[in-house]
Amino acid sequence: MSGQSSTAPGGDAMPRLLELVPDAGLDEMLEHCRELVEAPDLPTVKRWRDAGGKVVGHFQVYFPEELAHAAGMLPVKVRGAPVERREADSHFGSYICSILRSSLELALTGRLEVDLFVTHPICDAARNLAGIWARNLPQPARLLYYPQNASSGFASRYLEGEYARLLAEIEDIAGRQVTEDDVRVSIRVFNRNRKLLRDLYEVKRETPWLLPVDEAYCLVAVGGLIGREEHNTLLERALPAIRQRSARPQDKMRVVFEGGFCEQPPLDLLRSIAEFCYVVDDDLLIGLRWIVEDVAANEEPLHALAEAYLNSSSYSPVQHDARKPKEEMLLRRIRSARAEAAIVSAAKMCEPGLDEQVAYGQALEEEGIPYFLTEFEEKMTSFSQLQIQLETFVENVLFASEDCEQEPLLIQVGERQ
Amino acid sequence: MMGGREAAVTTATEIHGRGASEGRRLFEEWYAALTSAPERGEKAAYVFVMGSLVELLRCFDLHVVFPEINSLQTAVRKVADEYLNLAEDHGFSPDVCGYVKADYAVQVRSGEHPMGRIPPPDVAVLTNACSTYIKWAEIWERMYEAPVFTFDTPGSRIPVPLKRAGTSTETPDRAARHAADSFEADRRYVEHQLRELIEVCERVTGIAFDIDRCREVLRLTNEMGRHWRRVLELNRQSPAPFDAMLEGTIYLGVANALRGTEAGATYFEDLVEEMEARIADGLGPRGEADEHHRLVFVGVPCYPIFRRFYELFAEWGGTFVSSTYTWFASGGLNRDYEYDLEDPLKSLAEGLLLGVREATDSLMFPDRALIESIDAFDVDGVVYHPVKSCRTVSTGLAASRRVILEERDVLALYIESDMMDKRVVSEAQLKNRIDAFFEGLRSREIRLAGSTAD
Ligand code: SF4
Ligand code: SF4
Repeated sequence: MSGQSSTAPGGDAMPRLLELVPDAGLDEMLEHCRELVEAPDLPTVKRWRDAGGKVVGHFQVYFPEELAHAAGMLPVKVRGAPVERREADSHFGSYICSILRSSLELALTGRLEVDLFVTHPICDAARNLAGIWARNLPQPARLLYYPQNASSGFASRYLEGEYARLLAEIEDIAGRQVTEDDVRVSIRVFNRNRKLLRDLYEVKRETPWLLPVDEAYCLVAVGGLIGREEHNTLLERALPAIRQRSARPQDKMRVVFEGGFCEQPPLDLLRSIAEFCYVVDDDLLIGLRWIVEDVAANEEPLHALAEAYLNSSSYSPVQHDARKPKEEMLLRRIRSARAEAAIVSAAKMCEPGLDEQVAYGQALEEEGIPYFLTEFEEKMTSFSQLQIQLETFVENVLFASEDCEQEPLLIQVGERQ
Repeated sequence: MMGGREAAVTTATEIHGRGASEGRRLFEEWYAALTSAPERGEKAAYVFVMGSLVELLRCFDLHVVFPEINSLQTAVRKVADEYLNLAEDHGFSPDVCGYVKADYAVQVRSGEHPMGRIPPPDVAVLTNACSTYIKWAEIWERMYEAPVFTFDTPGSRIPVPLKRAGTSTETPDRAARHAADSFEADRRYVEHQLRELIEVCERVTGIAFDIDRCREVLRLTNEMGRHWRRVLELNRQSPAPFDAMLEGTIYLGVANALRGTEAGATYFEDLVEEMEARIADGLGPRGEADEHHRLVFVGVPCYPIFRRFYELFAEWGGTFVSSTYTWFASGGLNRDYEYDLEDPLKSLAEGLLLGVREATDSLMFPDRALIESIDAFDVDGVVYHPVKSCRTVSTGLAASRRVILEERDVLALYIESDMMDKRVVSEAQLKNRIDAFFEGLRSREIRLAGSTAD
């Protein structure tokens, strides 16, 4: 990457990927986002490729998408899909979560085509995905090791070096040089995006009756499938329309949903929760919102991105940072969202998520905060049991608070009952 | 200490099993020292086998505790379920790593363990060789005030499989450039962290770091490493002198616990002697050689029925001449790498990085090293044993099996169970699969003999 300025940031030639008429109403926008988020054949990515664009597929959780954007490539969040698996399963053993299998399935069946695939050793299974990918798919696969020793005095310098090397590869694949100014332009686009996502979460927190969790999810998730400028435009149009909705507050419990950092719960599971609860904050697709403040766009850009990753960031079970004990971060999330309870979920077979559930449960019990423990799988289809249990949980919490009981409530769902 | 060397003229029969019994004795001593450490005001460091940094910790008179070894000992001693149940009662899922759960329960039970009492950590050191190490150490972070040092030892960024399906758009130049650039950057990061860790250890122990002491400890590890590699190499002989899955696991325990000590270096020197004597007398792991099939073991052994698991193969004359466990869990000793005593810290950083990287690479692509072993050790069967507990070791095995079967004329057995949780260990099912595997090996032998006769 050279330091010269450029008037051609990566995004300039981006084709439009959404198929929305300019005066589309909120319902149309939401419906279109839902269709795209649920479509396993990733039509926006196809459209991008058909227009001659190149793609960086990055597995969960966080990826510095600015680097791909600055090179004019489309960064696509690889987050699995509830698809039938025909090809991928034979590449894995039995005790592996679904998102890895379905992500590989999308690639093996040609539904997801990338020019570069990047995964991260967020867990032992995801690290091995790089190897399985490299064996079976023609495009280069890379591992990006984020610092887990976040408080080391060298961590930021190390990460900056990783970004520089990765950017060199991206340049190579994109076939163009990326200047520091290109990255700065991209940082500004993403800063705008992060600001809009924070605004969207403020709506969830302050007026949750205007935006159920499943709709909010679709609006966020579509960002991982389209260019960020387009996502910004979408959110700029959707947010005022959401604020003008006429829905009235209902007597629903305010909850925080935790456990959506990697494998994604089915949309119907989120809808089931929305029937009884207002999800006022969550960690769904936290990677898209990992950086919580504007990245300094006028500094040395890779340094600024590395610093932001380490020092202006959220938390997840797969990121170690002794300065941010995760259970304390969860309690902070619950308090700042004024939630009455938490839904602490984990994907089946997800070692880090399941380990974290224990710590979260213990912390919530100590604090007397009611919580609902559950496991999910991206392809689960039956939610009736979950709905009954959730309804019971909500009633119990309301009943207990009427009775001024302080005992924490816990309902476990799934095999561990 | 072991009375081994003066017995160099003794016969193999006389010293057969000395390594195993000495290993047990050293282990008992080690656990006894851990048990009594707090009474003597001595401090303990918790570490993991992949990237243990024992050499550095010894410079601060810290006892080393390997929670992984503690956990597997509960399974070998058939009490793992007590510990697993306690952890599951506290909310842990049946699907997570059993080692983590057993150690959690050991901590909840104030260190109570079948081998003694495990002292609490005064410091804990871990690498990112296994992501579950990080989740595990977070438990100690919550339980204790002790500092937990999470060491970044970045692995390879570019997975280079032995064999790809179809053509690749990967350019070898780009891959090589990327790898070369990252190594030096990683080494500098690791060395920086070593210096940060030294400060932590000085604070915890009140002992100043002594570079000469470090040099001496590294020298002893170098010595141990040479003997360790020699032991592994001796199993190329036919009949192989030892079983790499059963005995190899005992030796591995000593290699981890006693690296950087005089006792450890001597133990392996004696072990070389024992193995050479076995070879000279044509003996195998069970005394009189009964080796019919030379096997490689891939994965982690089935500890809940360890002896029986071994017997299921031994009864058919199967000997594990090599085991991937003795590579990735040996803390880099399997590599032909010696610390440079002229520049101990730089070399320790480099050795740590190379050792961990080799371990993680070999877990991602076991086939590369496996094929080398199949050729060098004249192997006719590969036994894959992925376990529920450990995604680090198990995720890549199904894919590796496909490659091995395409690349070499061997039979492969793929059996899933666990190394801790006997609920997923079905001896009868294992036996059926193992018997069928050996029948396959037998028929292949007959077929091959027939085709040679033709
Ligand atoms: S869901 Fe959990 S186990 Fe699966 S890839 Fe993500 S972090 Fe790893
Ligand atoms: S996942 Fe495997 S390597 Fe990691 S701690 Fe558990 S048993 Fe050890």
